[in-house]
Amino acid sequence: MAPRVPILGNLLFFSPRGAFRFWQRNAYIFRRIFPESVAVNFMEPVIYLMAMGFGIGAYLSTIGGLPYLTFVATGLVATAAMFGATYECTYNAYVQMYYEKAYDAVITTPLGVEEVVIGEVWWGATRSVLYGTVFLAVIVLFGTVRSPLALLIPPLFLLSGLMFSVIAMTFTAVNPSIDYYTFYFALFVTPMFMFSGIFFPLDALPGWVKTAAWVTPLSHVVSLTRALSLGTLEPRHATDLAWILAVTVTMFPLPVVLMRRRLVK
Amino acid sequence: MSIVNARALLKRYGNLVAVDGISFEVHPGECFGFLGPNGAGKTTTMKMIYCVLPPTSGDLRVMGMDVREHPRAIKARLGVVTQENTLDTALTVRENLVIFARYFDIPWALAGRRADELLDFASLADRAKDKVEYLSGGMKRRLMVARALVPQPDLLVLDEPTTGLDPQARQLAWEKLRQLKRTGVTQILTTHYMEEAAALCDRIAIMDQGRIVAGGSPADLVAAHAGREVVELRSVGDGWGDPGAVDRVLGAAGHLVEMHEVHSDLLLLHTSDGEALLRRVREGGIEISSATQRRTTLEDAFLRLTGRRLRD
Repeated sequence: MAPRVPILGNLLFFSPRGAFRFWQRNAYIFRRIFPESVAVNFMEPVIYLMAMGFGIGAYLSTIGGLPYLTFVATGLVATAAMFGATYECTYNAYVQMYYEKAYDAVITTPLGVEEVVIGEVWWGATRSVLYGTVFLAVIVLFGTVRSPLALLIPPLFLLSGLMFSVIAMTFTAVNPSIDYYTFYFALFVTPMFMFSGIFFPLDALPGWVKTAAWVTPLSHVVSLTRALSLGTLEPRHATDLAWILAVTVTMFPLPVVLMRRRLVK
Repeated sequence: MSIVNARALLKRYGNLVAVDGISFEVHPGECFGFLGPNGAGKTTTMKMIYCVLPPTSGDLRVMGMDVREHPRAIKARLGVVTQENTLDTALTVRENLVIFARYFDIPWALAGRRADELLDFASLADRAKDKVEYLSGGMKRRLMVARALVPQPDLLVLDEPTTGLDPQARQLAWEKLRQLKRTGVTQILTTHYMEEAAALCDRIAIMDQGRIVAGGSPADLVAAHAGREVVELRSVGDGWGDPGAVDRVLGAAGHLVEMHEVHSDLLLLHTSDGEALLRRVREGGIEISSATQRRTTLEDAFLRLTGRRLRD
């Protein structure tokens, strides 16, 4: 038997090798669309940066002492990680589970719901790293990266990708219908996208908005990608990392438990 | 040792008792069938056997292991064909088998060889590179069976293997399942087709409303619950509503009638000597619109046991 790792004490066990097998299935399927996927991923940030940098940047020369393009690019790179994981663990996971019945087949093998969910979550994180790294390459080409510390950004994407995957998968586990993802995006993803310090510094916001923005997971990722790109790491960034770790670790068992409740009656 | 052993197995969903304390055993090498109307609890029983549904109470052992304690070890030795097709639509026909093999930790090279063998077995070799969505219903079902065989299971669990297939596709599926049985693979299947149960199963458990109402070989079930022959009498006019009419028939036939059933204008008389019975009915001068005499089938036994009420 493969080794098993306990989650939530003795309540649940899962086999990392089993989870890896499901991850491998996703990777196998993805391999085929990899070139197109990377091409699209390359185009998206280029368009964003051209619009933001040359459009808005024409009116705003600097923000916090940085050229506007540099300010936006070093924050925006964090969203690639968010979207990679979020799309995977919302629409993709839902379609596979409810329409394609892919999970129903897998749970008749030695794999259980636990391995499927964890494999899916790690795959979401993997996509974050792939997308985020392409995005990072683009902002390097735009000349906005100033520090070799930027090499730490892909590992950060793995961690933040896990966080966004776990959050999205938790929603997927309780989501009654695919239509409800509109709420997930409109009420969670989009506000986070706007208020995470990507387009403007959070310091200028009124008190309570600033606090709300600080609580969102994305703001901490943005804070870290910017510091790593520019080489401006300070002690306060340890708080960002701790926050991301705390959310990921505490929420990790949730999608497993909820999905189990949903699929095994 | 039995391959599956269930004792007082019960599954409850809220207030609904889907499987109501059933006990049965499946022996190595046999084909065991659950036959029953919709909602009888067949699929729920199957899901408990292949460890995706935990029993509410009772004892269920598969290959000697408790389904609650060793689901992964059990599933490693099972082949499962679920009621709905659950093929991986993102993959080709052959990839469906190869990737599935990986879930059982079968190395890539061996997975590929086994996939090719199974495609031959399922007569799907020429479709290996197609997307599964382009397969016909019968081909999808055969691919489901081929996929279930990937781990070289000791037990094959088939939930309605041929529902929705045309007669040709069904015959081919039966042929494949019989071929497997000759190689010694134990099979458990559910069906609501009598011919399928009669054609494939060594032993049958007839289920109704969560219980096993009868069990045995198809021949024994027919003999025990339907007698040898059936004489069907159609009444003139509005049917056998008038009890006097039925009594006159029974009076004329005497001890030759082992049991009888009335279904609007149809009177079924179970007997061991249909010809003698018919002669007596004619001699008794009873007015009927038509009479047929035939051998009893599993369907007679089934309908006697589960009734004719429509189930949904």
